[in-house]
Amino acid sequence: MATMTMVKALNAGLRRALAADPKVLLAGEDIGNLGGVFRVTEGLKAEFGGDRVIDTPLAESGIVGTSLGMALGGYRPVVEIQFDGFVFPATNQILTQVARLYHRSHGRLNVPMVIRLPFGGGIGAIEHHSESPEAYFAHTPGLKVVSCSTPSDAYWMIQQAIASPDPVVFFEPKRRYHERGEVDLDATPMPLHQARVVKQGKDATVLCWGAMVRPCVEAAIVAAEEGKDLEVIDLRTISPLDDDTILTSVAKTGRAVVVHEAMGTAGIGAEIAARIQERCFYALQAPVLRVTGYDMPCPPNRAEADFLPDLDRVLDAVDRSLAY
Amino acid sequence: MAADFVQLLDPAGNRVDHPDFSYDGTDADIAASLRDMVLTRRFDAEATALQRKGELGLWPPSLGQEAAQVGSAKAARLTDQIVPSYREHGVAWVRGIDPLALLGAFRGSGMIDYDSRASRFHLYSWVIGAHLLTAVGMGMALQRDGLVGEDVADGAAVITYFGDGATSQGDVNEAFVFAASYGAPVVFFCQNNQWAISEPIALQSKIPLYRRAAGFGFPGVRVDGNDVLACEAVARWALDRARRGEGPTLIEAYTYRMGAHTTSDDPTKYRHNEELDAWRAKDPIERVKAYLLGSGAIDQRWLDELASESDAFAEKLRAGCVALPEPDLAEWWDRVYAETPAALLAQRDDYLAYRASFEEA
Repeated sequence: MATMTMVKALNAGLRRALAADPKVLLAGEDIGNLGGVFRVTEGLKAEFGGDRVIDTPLAESGIVGTSLGMALGGYRPVVEIQFDGFVFPATNQILTQVARLYHRSHGRLNVPMVIRLPFGGGIGAIEHHSESPEAYFAHTPGLKVVSCSTPSDAYWMIQQAIASPDPVVFFEPKRRYHERGEVDLDATPMPLHQARVVKQGKDATVLCWGAMVRPCVEAAIVAAEEGKDLEVIDLRTISPLDDDTILTSVAKTGRAVVVHEAMGTAGIGAEIAARIQERCFYALQAPVLRVTGYDMPCPPNRAEADFLPDLDRVLDAVDRSLAY
Repeated sequence: MAADFVQLLDPAGNRVDHPDFSYDGTDADIAASLRDMVLTRRFDAEATALQRKGELGLWPPSLGQEAAQVGSAKAARLTDQIVPSYREHGVAWVRGIDPLALLGAFRGSGMIDYDSRASRFHLYSWVIGAHLLTAVGMGMALQRDGLVGEDVADGAAVITYFGDGATSQGDVNEAFVFAASYGAPVVFFCQNNQWAISEPIALQSKIPLYRRAAGFGFPGVRVDGNDVLACEAVARWALDRARRGEGPTLIEAYTYRMGAHTTSDDPTKYRHNEELDAWRAKDPIERVKAYLLGSGAIDQRWLDELASESDAFAEKLRAGCVALPEPDLAEWWDRVYAETPAALLAQRDDYLAYRASFEEA
């Protein structure tokens, strides 16, 4: 067991993957000599060389497009997009090429690629550095989408994503990068595409991922003091969704609140709400509620505290659900 | 390395002749450029300090790039459009943009906040290279307005700013193609400051950047980016060409990012102090001071007065920055669409009701 930050855990997971499989490559802007702007890849170029830890020209479409070519050449590229808001120049490659190759080749070609995306707000950044674009990718068949919320998950999930035969968009909550947690380096990890019940409860289910897990767990602690017993589920996998864990919980509690940073309209929360009402309608005691970013571009960071879901907004939704 | 660039004032402050380019201004004009560079550097230094004190979230320093920015900006007429990236503090200054209108975006109290239509200084742009296509389109609009051509008395053009790293982006290369295809009146002003965060120029280009222009079918010129006279002269020539309808030009201003990429960056992790020292000897401001003191156009008293002006300016910046109004999220629902959907206003009302519930409690 070791205690480390999420950045160190990702670094350790990447190091282990690079050491275990000579076909694993890292590519991205500033990931080599600098170790990435968040230092996730620190030391890896020195250890594994510039052929495997590749500083790329400043072109996101180029990073993803050439990594696709390397994947077809038998390598397992792990791409770093420097910030969430800079993934968009690469979306043509991700959506029209990476995501569809298996489909286009009658299943003859698969793309074992990981696209790492530091995402989310709460770090006082300027425009384009606080986005939560996971819905764009979850909407695209052919891509798998996951997000870690703890150092332990970061360590294991990055290795599982690299081992995946399909392209995985890997969302890292940068607001949690420097929070420490226990990592069992010898554990048998749970499957990548499985949600985790962080806290069991019987009154309502709170569904969340990434940076939102922490305020949701804190909300559950506060609610417990008021006699409300919340179940908190860290989805971990956004595409595919772990329907079993979600539906089993809501069938038990009868109430669900989905929490995410991204804007609500056409977001992941809408998909989850739809699945719940389609598949456990008769168990529901209240409508499925969403606590999300509002339907606007991320505001200037001094207004961010009002924009991002927090403990109070989660509790407000829980109270509304319970009052039904 | 860079012997083939246009230089009209050497690092020691001596005027240099060039067969194709000359600076036609007076020493008083040069003194005005010096003042602009000194105040730009002060603005940059104060903003960097404000970030260190926690008053700004982030700041991208322009230290070392004052000549490239001030010189090129002075070549633009007020009728020309300027399309900047995010480090063009000296260009903004010359165009008359209130520095406080820039600071809000870095403080996180607002967006870039000035009238970009009236000033013809487009918004700072953060996504690397994306704005070059915008610039070309603005040039195409000027063509359709009849403002471009040999016979046009008061023609207009566009000058757009970007860095060496941006030249790797697809959008930048597409902008070159479009500008060439339509002969758009655009000056592509690339400040090659040698570093894209930690990545040296050699990773972005195996040939001098200005030579890429030939492949797209328009002229490219490399200029000493630390020489304010040469930057103005070359930019003026390129803007004149553009206004006359002779099409785009790529200018590579060969300079150096003396500071960090942004205040979040630590350049000591990837580059050597010797390199910085070598460029310090080519400082864009010192050479102009040396020249003007030598010519007798300015004296120590003039410099002292400029220093006083700079101090007063800095004081105003500090006070103005901390006095910038705090943003109220309630105001931002109106800033998503020109015609705001009713459902969005209902969402705002829900937010206001939620907020009010705390005040009641």
